[in-house]
Amino acid sequence: MSVMRFREAVRAAMIEEMERDSRVYLIGEEVGHYQGAYKVSEGMLERFGEKRVIDTPITESGFTGISIGAAMVGLRPIVEYMTWNFSAVAFDQILNNAAKLRQMSGGQLHVPIVFRAPNGSAKQVGSQHSHSMEHFYAHVPGLKVLAPATPADAKGLLKAAIRDDDPVLYMESETLYGVKGEVPEDPDFVLPMGVANVAREGTDVTIVSWSRMVHVSLEAANALEKEGISAEVIDLRSLRPLDEESLVRSVHKTHRAIVAHEGWPYGGVGAEVADRIQRLAFDDLDAPILRVTTRDVPMPYNAKLEQYVIPQAPRIVEAAKKVLYRA
Amino acid sequence: MSTSDATHLALYRQMVLIRRFEEEAARAYSQGKIGGFLHLYIGQEPIAVGAVAALQPDDYVITTYRDHGLALARGMTPRAAMAELFGKVTGCSKGLGGSMHFFDAEHHMLGGYGIVGGHIPIAAGTAFASKYREEKRVSMCFFGEGAVSIGDFHEGLSLAALWKLPIVFVCENNEYAMGTPLSRELSVEDVSTKALGYGMARDRFFADHVLTVRDRLAEAIERARELSEPTLVEIRTYRFRGHSMSDPGKYRTPEELEERKKRDAVLRSRADLEAAGMGADVEAAEKEIEDIVADAVRFAEESPEPGPGVARSDNV
Repeated sequence: MSVMRFREAVRAAMIEEMERDSRVYLIGEEVGHYQGAYKVSEGMLERFGEKRVIDTPITESGFTGISIGAAMVGLRPIVEYMTWNFSAVAFDQILNNAAKLRQMSGGQLHVPIVFRAPNGSAKQVGSQHSHSMEHFYAHVPGLKVLAPATPADAKGLLKAAIRDDDPVLYMESETLYGVKGEVPEDPDFVLPMGVANVAREGTDVTIVSWSRMVHVSLEAANALEKEGISAEVIDLRSLRPLDEESLVRSVHKTHRAIVAHEGWPYGGVGAEVADRIQRLAFDDLDAPILRVTTRDVPMPYNAKLEQYVIPQAPRIVEAAKKVLYRA
Repeated sequence: MSTSDATHLALYRQMVLIRRFEEEAARAYSQGKIGGFLHLYIGQEPIAVGAVAALQPDDYVITTYRDHGLALARGMTPRAAMAELFGKVTGCSKGLGGSMHFFDAEHHMLGGYGIVGGHIPIAAGTAFASKYREEKRVSMCFFGEGAVSIGDFHEGLSLAALWKLPIVFVCENNEYAMGTPLSRELSVEDVSTKALGYGMARDRFFADHVLTVRDRLAEAIERARELSEPTLVEIRTYRFRGHSMSDPGKYRTPEELEERKKRDAVLRSRADLEAAGMGADVEAAEKEIEDIVADAVRFAEESPEPGPGVARSDNV
């Protein structure tokens, strides 16, 4: 074990997999000479050279398509977007090519590719740079979507994504990059996709979350504890595939659930989680499932307004009390 | 028979296979045996056939939704192609792809794509992989002139030129993007000039003869294989049927269509071969194609449909 920041864990996973497999390479805007817009790929150009750490012009659709084409014939690209917001101009490539090629070719082709970038809100970056894109992509069969919250999970899941034979979308967070944690050094430390983690055990209410919001949920759980409420925090880690069993097991114990995530309330992964719980554990529920989400507006620039729009621990606490009928 | 005559006969045979396949597909479509969209390659046969003749078997080819001709030229069996149109599990894509999504990995035919221009970066990516692996393999990407206004065309060409990828971009300019004529699509009449801004080599010619297509594309293929440099080639052609089966073709006159049919490269090759004293060989080839296409239709009709288990994706 060693202590690493989240960005170092992401980098370590990429370096280990690139050393393990010459077909793996990193491509994106500013990943090489600039050393990464968020310094995730710092030092990698010097280590692997321009052939395998490839700077691109500002052509998200172009370099996404090129990477899908390269993956289709046997390479294993890691595509970095400066942020997930910019993947919107490559949406057609991800939706119509990466996700569909395997099925529409009758299984003749595979697309072993990883798309990764920071996701969700940062700090006052405005309405066009604050999207939570996992909700758009998790809708699509043929894509896997991961959203780790800790450095260890970041490393183990990114390695799993790179070794997978089909497309995996991997959500990071600008505000998580500096978070520290213990990370296994074993080069074969690979976590399975589709398995949630119980970030904190509890008995009164289940808080389902992922990525940065896991930390906010833990903060809320601490506040609830002071009021005598024992909250269990489930870190999904993987949004597609989704670990239904962990959700059911937790709700079977707590009888109450809330989902806390960034991104708008209309549709989305939170709605999917609510559907699964009510469908699979209806008899266990003692209250409606509530969602705590980004408010249903484009992200405002103003610092206080932004904090008002993004889900905060007090909103999670309030929702937890509501499902416990203590509000 | 000289070697060159034998080659020409083989290419003629390929063109007739495509034409007769497409005509029978149109018939099956009108009988309700084929669903969805059906975009026929009739009129454009010399391009796929001439291109494949100039390529090596392990080069990559990729095209649009008008993909039957290239798949057949590349070696897909007419049975697998027709069964795919009929939505049968014996089809090249197990009945999951349909007319627009023919794939044949064994012959490096990497697909028919339904989003205009979307496959152009994909094709560049296959060339990227060849270069990354230091292989002397060439990629060839086909698209219509309707694709040259959309962003992915420009991003694909820009990156292919920047990174010197071994690819040939073939614009099959059939003068109509669905019902919109070239004059209302583009500010220039010469599509190949789009290469200039990217510092890319270009070529431009008419697909009047399958051997012309083969020989002119061979130059671009050589540039890709030996120098690892891309080329944009505009090949002027004409489709003799509508954009798809549902297109009544009201945007062009019957006179224009008849005039263009006089330039039919399939008939041109037939006349050349007859003049070379190969009339009997031509007729024997045509007879053989009739049987092959009839067999393909029979096979498609008799094949089973895919069950729900085939559609399930184990990605989720």
